[in-house]
Amino acid sequence: MFKVDTRGRSCPEPMLMVKKALDENSQIEVLVDSPSAKKNIIRYVKDKGHNIEENNIGEESVLKIKK
Amino acid sequence: MKDKKWIILSGGLVGLISVILVFFGNPANMGACIACFIRDIAGALGLHRAGPVQYIRPEIIGIVLGAFLMALGKKELDVRGGSSPFIRFILGFVVMVGALMFLGCPLRMILRLAGGDMNALFGILGFAGGILVGIPLLNKGFSLKRSYKLNKAEGFAFPITTVGLLALLIAGPAFIFFSSKGPGASHAVIWISLLAGLIIGVIAQRSRLCMVGGIRDAVMFKDFYLLSGFIAIFIVGTIGNIAFGFYNFGFENQPIAHTESIWNFLGMFVAGWGSVLLGGCPLRQLVMSAEGNIDSVITVIGLIIGAAFSHNFGLASSAEGATGAGKIGIIVCICILVVISYAFVEKADVKVRKGAELNV
Repeated sequence: MFKVDTRGRSCPEPMLMVKKALDENSQIEVLVDSPSAKKNIIRYVKDKGHNIEENNIGEESVLKIKK
Repeated sequence: MKDKKWIILSGGLVGLISVILVFFGNPANMGACIACFIRDIAGALGLHRAGPVQYIRPEIIGIVLGAFLMALGKKELDVRGGSSPFIRFILGFVVMVGALMFLGCPLRMILRLAGGDMNALFGILGFAGGILVGIPLLNKGFSLKRSYKLNKAEGFAFPITTVGLLALLIAGPAFIFFSSKGPGASHAVIWISLLAGLIIGVIAQRSRLCMVGGIRDAVMFKDFYLLSGFIAIFIVGTIGNIAFGFYNFGFENQPIAHTESIWNFLGMFVAGWGSVLLGGCPLRQLVMSAEGNIDSVITVIGLIIGAAFSHNFGLASSAEGATGAGKIGIIVCICILVVISYAFVEKADVKVRKGAELNV
């Protein structure tokens, strides 16, 4: 699966990375470590009507997104 | 619309609180202004000696503490740093030079417009122009590189510093400067300002309210969430100003403003461009500082030093207009932004790697 590592990136980079990855792939896995970036990505993805599955591992989360 | 309810409410509340602060004594169209208030704090600490703009603004302290307590309570204190700190300092400095050319941060820009000050229209055009210059850079891979987790204790340092400022304000020792006239002498009583700041801090932390993010996200992602907050501040601010009798439509005789349109435009052009590279307007930087983002703390220090420099070297405008030094300063700032913009564009394929191993 196409993987995107947004850890440590500040706004709006995580969103931009997710958007670009979704333009080219139907299924992606996003690694995120910032609460605000996670909220932003979830809101954006839900807004676009995609499926999202969230797994929290410590302070990091893996978001599986399916178009 | 449903998901925008909170941000619209947040923006509306910030607009309303700003008008109420003017009613209680803050300068006109300056219920809340992050750039002006940071500049006043720099003056109170003697970092510049512009007599009319020296006061420890409790609103700033309240915003930081409100956002900090909220982040702590919601387990969102995310202590990190190390993302091009000195460049962020420079960008903070540049944003402040731009804001003091216009006479207001992006938040005050909206509040000025909501008070009928049409000079702010040129400010908004410049601000949007600066953001539009920054967006293609972001798309091309502009990045100040990643940050790293830091010791949680460091996240407490900035909020505790603001408590120290509050102690200085209340104690009022002789070495702290307080304006006896001018905008610095116009303020609500401490507890009202502090309470207003706390409320703004809480709602800005929850909603992620950001002026630069509003225009940026609308253009880049067709996401109108943050822009809704921006518009709500304007609408409620306008209604509030009319209701309180503060509304004064036109260009001339506007409070703490000048009519040099080109410099109002260019000041906010610089502020918009710098803010979009930083990833947030001064209000958002302040809130992120409180959430443990040490890079934002460095940015806020850049804002403080930028304000001190602007007043010490005559860059800041006044109601009489822009200064010669200020005009040169803006041109230098644009050159700095050009250099930073192009020096920090990463190659796109570095950021998104197919099948990259993730160390989870």
